[in-house]
Amino acid sequence: MFYEQTIRWQQRLPETSWTSYSGLDVERVLTRDALRPQDLAILLSPSAQPYLETMAKKAQALTIRHFGRTIGLFTPLYLANYCSNSCLYCSFHVGNEIVRCKLSVAQAIKEGEAIASTGLQHLLLLTGESRSQSDPAYMEQCVQALRPMFASLGLEVYPLSTEEYQRLYKVGIDSVTLFQETYDEITYAQVHPAGPKRNFHYRLEAPERACSAGISSVNIGALLGLSDWRQDAFYSALHADYLQKNYPGVEVALSVPRLRPYVGSFNSAAAPVTDAALVQIILAYRLFLPRAGLTLSTRESPQMRENLLPLGITRMSAGALTSVGGYSETGNVGSAQFEIADERSVPEVVQMIRTKGYLPAFCDWLNMRERDVVGQGRDRL
Amino acid sequence: MNDIIKGVNRSEDSLVIGGVNLLSRLFVGTGKFSSHEIVPRVLEASGAQVVTMALRRVDWKNPQENILNYLPQNTILLPNTSGARTADEAVRIAHLAQAAGCGNWVKIEVVQDQRYLLPDNWETIRATEQLANEGFVVLPYMSPDLGAAKRLQDAGAAAIMPLGAPIGSNRGLQTKELIRILIEEISLPIIVDAGIGRPSEAAEAMEMGAAAVLVNTAIAIAADPVFMAQAFRLAVTAGRLGYLAGPGERRVTAEASSPLTGFLREG
Repeated sequence: MFYEQTIRWQQRLPETSWTSYSGLDVERVLTRDALRPQDLAILLSPSAQPYLETMAKKAQALTIRHFGRTIGLFTPLYLANYCSNSCLYCSFHVGNEIVRCKLSVAQAIKEGEAIASTGLQHLLLLTGESRSQSDPAYMEQCVQALRPMFASLGLEVYPLSTEEYQRLYKVGIDSVTLFQETYDEITYAQVHPAGPKRNFHYRLEAPERACSAGISSVNIGALLGLSDWRQDAFYSALHADYLQKNYPGVEVALSVPRLRPYVGSFNSAAAPVTDAALVQIILAYRLFLPRAGLTLSTRESPQMRENLLPLGITRMSAGALTSVGGYSETGNVGSAQFEIADERSVPEVVQMIRTKGYLPAFCDWLNMRERDVVGQGRDRL
Repeated sequence: MNDIIKGVNRSEDSLVIGGVNLLSRLFVGTGKFSSHEIVPRVLEASGAQVVTMALRRVDWKNPQENILNYLPQNTILLPNTSGARTADEAVRIAHLAQAAGCGNWVKIEVVQDQRYLLPDNWETIRATEQLANEGFVVLPYMSPDLGAAKRLQDAGAAAIMPLGAPIGSNRGLQTKELIRILIEEISLPIIVDAGIGRPSEAAEAMEMGAAAVLVNTAIAIAADPVFMAQAFRLAVTAGRLGYLAGPGERRVTAEASSPLTGFLREG
């Protein structure tokens, strides 16, 4: 289990060690191809800050070699925003007075059709963390209804059991996204004062359960800014490395979400994640895990997304909404989870990617469950 | 230059796969390019007839984004089963490719290792057997291993595609000695796939007696992919010519061009 690894590393890597590395250590790491966890710590340390440009050049070359000049596109679809948790940093907090709603399957189809009409073929389905309002059976119904419209369906919901992941895999879920939020158990307990999410271990082990259930791709990460970002980035990457090593058939990806404005009044005690810190995290992830996907959401501003794109990013959301309903005229619209910073439409994001010299990829998965997923012959342009 | 290429392509040096007489021994891929628009120019510069594409990346719903719409009509499509983790998934993808009108050639890729993208030879053999029995022209991507190659041959593969180094690594012919053994022992065409990063490495593979090479990353991520495609075309041709010409033996010591005792044999 990954938790045992985190304990071992906590003993080897106390918080104070971030300042114990020198520029020479960084230079030594940058001459290597295969990095060890200790090297990852060095790249995340303050001593690596003067080397960001060197790291960026290496990260860009590695990314292009492994993924090409290609950026995968996806968008989220919030099915429901009912939540049983009390996460201090989230608008969906059970105590927040927001507009709660849940899409019917028919409404989910309408939303799916509106998204599919933009050309997007990778869809990420989300719910708030309420088992009673959005149980796995409801998710299954939505997945079955939306499956024929998309090449790939991902799921970002509360942690499920292996059997539940298996059921959802069988009806058409390809990927699972689940953020640990923070790998620091003390902060985790502080920011999750009530609700089922308090169970740190059950959440930590969920990506592994998804892998063992046959899910093809898992996307993990920490909500950067909740706790010490160096620690969280270190353990996120270590977690991804653990999954890659133990489930080599699974495509493992990391997200780099930073705290965004939301409904509530939580102020993190941790140092803010500056733009330079975010760049350092992305570069360290790429150099440590050359083949891991790196996902960037619309939490970041248009300008920031454009600048981060060539540093190692492989997937971006586009035309995203974080509210329930809203892509179509469902008449059922719930409050948003957080403010998005990049409100550009799909064609605008596509144009931006092309301008940066990259190919926007609408489709990078094959839904092998449907016979009619492919067309007949070639359409001449 | 055209005369040289014609010389290599003379009829007695034909490469026949799936009943097709191939004039070009350079196969190329369509992944990793910065736009679809550059692909036709790359194909023209490469002279390649056989072009591989991941079926998972073919965008059937957006004609502007569908790579197949950028390939010349006379291209021999070699859809690959990227994303397959088992023989059954590879077979399923091959069926989908055929149903979509991509023909009956298929490159089997069964990968259960996302870190190195190394193929699973056992599952590859299983998929090859089934698809060959169904009439597909099967080109399996494999880790160079003589026993596995023989089983692929027995299973009905049309050619064997051993890797030179992990996909996208640009590390050249790291498995050279194992590929050499396959070339010697397997009667099917050996097409070196994956790892070739530079034209000189393609030439080296061809000089060794490889029937063809497949190149994608090295062309796609070059600063000028069209120039690089042309460079690979020339390198493959040069390597093939070198192989056909029969290079002399390699020696550790020098051998004078004009032997000192040559006079003993004169007049």
